[in-house]
Amino acid sequence: METGTWKVKTGLAQMLKGGVIMDVINAEQAKIAQEAGACAVMALERVPADIRADGGVARMADPTIIEAITKAVSIPVMAKCRIGHFVEAQALEALDIDFIDESEVLTPADESHHIWKHDFKVPFVCGCRDLGEAVRRIGEGAAMIRTKGEAGTGNIVEAVRHMRAVMDGIRKLVNMPQDELMTQAKEMGAPFELVEEIHKTGKLPVVNFAAGGVATPTDAALMMQLGADGVFVGSGIFKSSNPEVRARAIVKATTHFQDPKIIAEVSKNLGQAMPGLDIKQIPVEELLAPRGW
Amino acid sequence: MRIGVLALQGAFVEHIAILNQLKVEALPVRLPQELVGLDGLVIPGGESTTINKLMLDYNLMCEIRNLAKNGLPIFGTCAGMILLANKVSGLDMDSIGVMNMTVRRNAFGRQKDSFENELSMPVLGEKPFLGIFIRAPVIEWTSSEVEVLARLADGTGVAARQGRLLVSAFHPELTNDLRFHEYFLDIGRGY
Repeated sequence: METGTWKVKTGLAQMLKGGVIMDVINAEQAKIAQEAGACAVMALERVPADIRADGGVARMADPTIIEAITKAVSIPVMAKCRIGHFVEAQALEALDIDFIDESEVLTPADESHHIWKHDFKVPFVCGCRDLGEAVRRIGEGAAMIRTKGEAGTGNIVEAVRHMRAVMDGIRKLVNMPQDELMTQAKEMGAPFELVEEIHKTGKLPVVNFAAGGVATPTDAALMMQLGADGVFVGSGIFKSSNPEVRARAIVKATTHFQDPKIIAEVSKNLGQAMPGLDIKQIPVEELLAPRGW
Repeated sequence: MRIGVLALQGAFVEHIAILNQLKVEALPVRLPQELVGLDGLVIPGGESTTINKLMLDYNLMCEIRNLAKNGLPIFGTCAGMILLANKVSGLDMDSIGVMNMTVRRNAFGRQKDSFENELSMPVLGEKPFLGIFIRAPVIEWTSSEVEVLARLADGTGVAARQGRLLVSAFHPELTNDLRFHEYFLDIGRGY
């Protein structure tokens, strides 16, 4: 019996596909998320909208919160560590977390390097804004990728930009002649072997979810139609006026993303969505997506 | 042959890809009307609670249960196995429940305990089959009408058949080995 293999790490991500991963800050929210049909929960101390509002250094959540959430649900539990903070990751692995998100939503611990994720038995998910960033993270051992979007804004525009950038990058690689791949890899800052693999297969070697700004069922279905394998919803559920109903609606819209009638039906009477932020009004130094190297 | 693959959540694309490699028409199923005219159904791995809720939302559960009782061949992997069992240890959940056996969810622990293991499966031939177990369930008890097809070294049942119903606790769809799906198609011929 071999544990922690690449196959079981990427395999868990494959089992999450077509699903919604919801940010939760306590056991009660975790139960609401599971009851609504979430395929996993992200255990946090604060949702991104609050991290953004509070400012200061955002770190890994208190293990007591993570343990309470882990006990409350049977679905997989994820938790975030800071970019480059491999000791937070070691602690999360020791807490038996199912997936670690090395996340730009927390304050980076290293401004040059990410965690060498192959050293861990627990799988990692990392954010990206384009294909080069995605492939660098996969090269470091990320078993799952998510486009970053701009977390805590309730504004889908950055998520769309990043998903289109990744998909566009893949289409370009597929159509590129073999003899241009090395220079392309250099320009993308991405490992050649993975660039060549994507050129041949036409897809990322791991699952790619959308994140950062999903607030409505139509947002979720939009990201699915743009090619996401599933969606993360952070502040969008528990910062809305009726989390139970909205969570359920987003789950249904993610499954039935190609069925406009169902999407319209589930969008009825959801109450107030989370208040959104215009990205252009956010000072550049407060943007989260540029964190990551 | 037209095989439906329940496409509510989970690794359904992988099953469709394997069935296509076997030159079988594979169709995603998200609504009850898409169950009409199928020669078989695959219920993929994913989160069993999520798939369960989405089945109930659009009335798929009763339909699939009735089709199973009328002999439709069904292949359930991991979450699919949980949904086909008529009893899940420690959980009171309405599911398809057409196989007379008891299963236990997350039987090996959390993700760090997920593993790969070669399995002896006589019905697939001499060559071992690579079992990829991801937060996997196990079979705890079976009635006499259920035949256990694969066991771990300690005797734990991890694949089984009852008539035209076939289940595995592991994920054949994550391997390049087509034999398990071929076996399912063989079971289904003549339906």
